[in-house]
Amino acid sequence: MKRYLPFIIVVVVALATVGSGAILYRAKRPHVLPSPEDKTLSAKSSPESPHIRGNPDAPVTLEEYGDFQCPPCGMFAAFAGQLEKEYDSRLRVIFRNFPLTMHEHARDAALAAEAAGMQGRFWEMHDTLYREQDNWSKAPNARELFESYAQTIGLDLNKFKSDMDSERAKARVDADRQRGESLGIQTTPTLFINNQPLDPKDKNPEGIRAVINAALEKKSQT
Amino acid sequence: MTVSRFRTIIYIVAAIVSLAGLADATYLSVQALTGETLGCGGSPDCATVLGSSYARVGGIPVAVFGVLAYFSAFTFAIFAAFGYVRARTFLILVISAMFLVTLWFLYVQAFLLHAYCRYCLFSAATTFLLAGLVIALPPRRDSSVS
Repeated sequence: MKRYLPFIIVVVVALATVGSGAILYRAKRPHVLPSPEDKTLSAKSSPESPHIRGNPDAPVTLEEYGDFQCPPCGMFAAFAGQLEKEYDSRLRVIFRNFPLTMHEHARDAALAAEAAGMQGRFWEMHDTLYREQDNWSKAPNARELFESYAQTIGLDLNKFKSDMDSERAKARVDADRQRGESLGIQTTPTLFINNQPLDPKDKNPEGIRAVINAALEKKSQT
Repeated sequence: MTVSRFRTIIYIVAAIVSLAGLADATYLSVQALTGETLGCGGSPDCATVLGSSYARVGGIPVAVFGVLAYFSAFTFAIFAAFGYVRARTFLILVISAMFLVTLWFLYVQAFLLHAYCRYCLFSAATTFLLAGLVIALPPRRDSSVS
């Protein structure tokens, strides 16, 4: 029996490793549904339409559910900027708010971005929030910093302050979040390319480019 | 305590330490395969390290290689504890390779990324402990199963 014991121990550990890995994988694997077609996307000037950057009629849409206080979202924002330059008129980017409760200032940051959007400067605030993420994330009163960013990008400060507290801004953030939750989103950034959730294995620069290229090719064939 | 018994205890301790490393590497592999490294579950530093290009080789998360390395170390330690002489040689080879790779990843974290991932540091600590145990092994002179 002793002769076989090391083999038995090794096999048991191998099975336990594979089994626990599989259970963990099933528990953690996101089950994100495809993003439904958004009728408001065609209403480019509608005040409640999503935040779109790039060619509104681009063949490929990259939709992000992001949290302004999430560091990987910050890294992705820089990469998304590169993608927009690379693909130019062939790509449009949509941003939807998904502030995670674990991030103290994430909801306020989302409200700040929406308030900036009410003055037509959503993307300027979006870029500023991600660029300055390290600073305001650790600040005791992040709101003061948001107000200083609003001034820097040329917003009417009084309107910005009242818009940040408005029901309209809160409703927009909540609507994005509810939409994300209905799709099964749990982490940020969660990405969709032409309404299809990005596979976790493709959540890297090469993977994202490959999926965009495949979507472009598919569009060119239809 | 005889030298042989001391050696067996070291192999068993090495197997237990390898199990700790195996659990850590399995967790990191699952994180990478589910895309969690891009999520916000960890600290900013963890996200920086695990989301970097150094965290994958040929598209495969390095944590997966960690699983294979720790499992190999565990297997050889168990067989060595049961008196298999060749297992000792393989154990030393695997741990030496793991030690060198660990030095590289510590360099990457310290000087290239300027960020430390606590799971990676735990893995480094287990590898260093394994290396220390291998160094502590007394030289083998008696005959055993090969």
